[in-house]
Amino acid sequence: MPVQSLLLLSHALFCLGIYGILTRRHAIGLLLSIELILNAAALNFVLFSRAFGHVQAQAFALFIIALAACEAVVGLAIIIRLSRTAKTVFADHVDLLKG
Amino acid sequence: MSIAYGLLAVLTLLGAVWVVTLRNLFRAALSLGLVLLGVAGLFILLEAEFLAFVQILVYVGAILTLVVFAIMLTAKLHASSASPASRQTVPAAAAALGLFLVLVSTTNALTWPDYPAAEAVSLAALGQELVKTLVLPFEVISLVFVAAMVGAIAIAANPPMKPPPS
Repeated sequence: MPVQSLLLLSHALFCLGIYGILTRRHAIGLLLSIELILNAAALNFVLFSRAFGHVQAQAFALFIIALAACEAVVGLAIIIRLSRTAKTVFADHVDLLKG
Repeated sequence: MSIAYGLLAVLTLLGAVWVVTLRNLFRAALSLGLVLLGVAGLFILLEAEFLAFVQILVYVGAILTLVVFAIMLTAKLHASSASPASRQTVPAAAAALGLFLVLVSTTNALTWPDYPAAEAVSLAALGQELVKTLVLPFEVISLVFVAAMVGAIAIAANPPMKPPPS
């Protein structure tokens, strides 16, 4: 399979993630969409690493996976805290700091 | 080979559509697992076996389990309230589609080398790169990871943690 069609796939993953972020109201749903976007980036890195024989691209795909784990852990901790204090899990109900 | 790519691509795309459209969040999380497995399969086809294993271990093994736990823990909050209708579906779809078209038109103009032009990256080369050239980012990532774990425990602790008296 040529590079172009896999690039199309990662573009589609990225744009579906953007769509999810724009439409989801549930905070965990937002996190799931962010995971989609990060996966699209990792897929791009691995694809270019294979196409150009570049080692550092794979290393950065590894870093993306590690950072995605950090982001998911902190995000879920915040959501659990939110569910306890604000009694909601919907991102647009949390407007305490809204002017 | 091409058939395997196509099957995995279809699986990934279908899962991704489900992730963003399914109303039931638990099913959306399971479809995310499908996407992650599809991407791991693509990694294997791109001869990045180690990354595929890391992807399955970290994403499907750890992150997805955490997400499912969080959905279960907050289940009564979104089951009781009114069903969360997704908002601004049409403008969001237009924005995402526009972005997709821009990306496609940008990358379509580029020319790529014939696909298996270079040697596949070996695991030994990746390991050496991580402890030689990229040793600083590697250590920074470890630090960020520890900070994230400690921070997550501090945020989610019940009762909330207090700073020590000075």
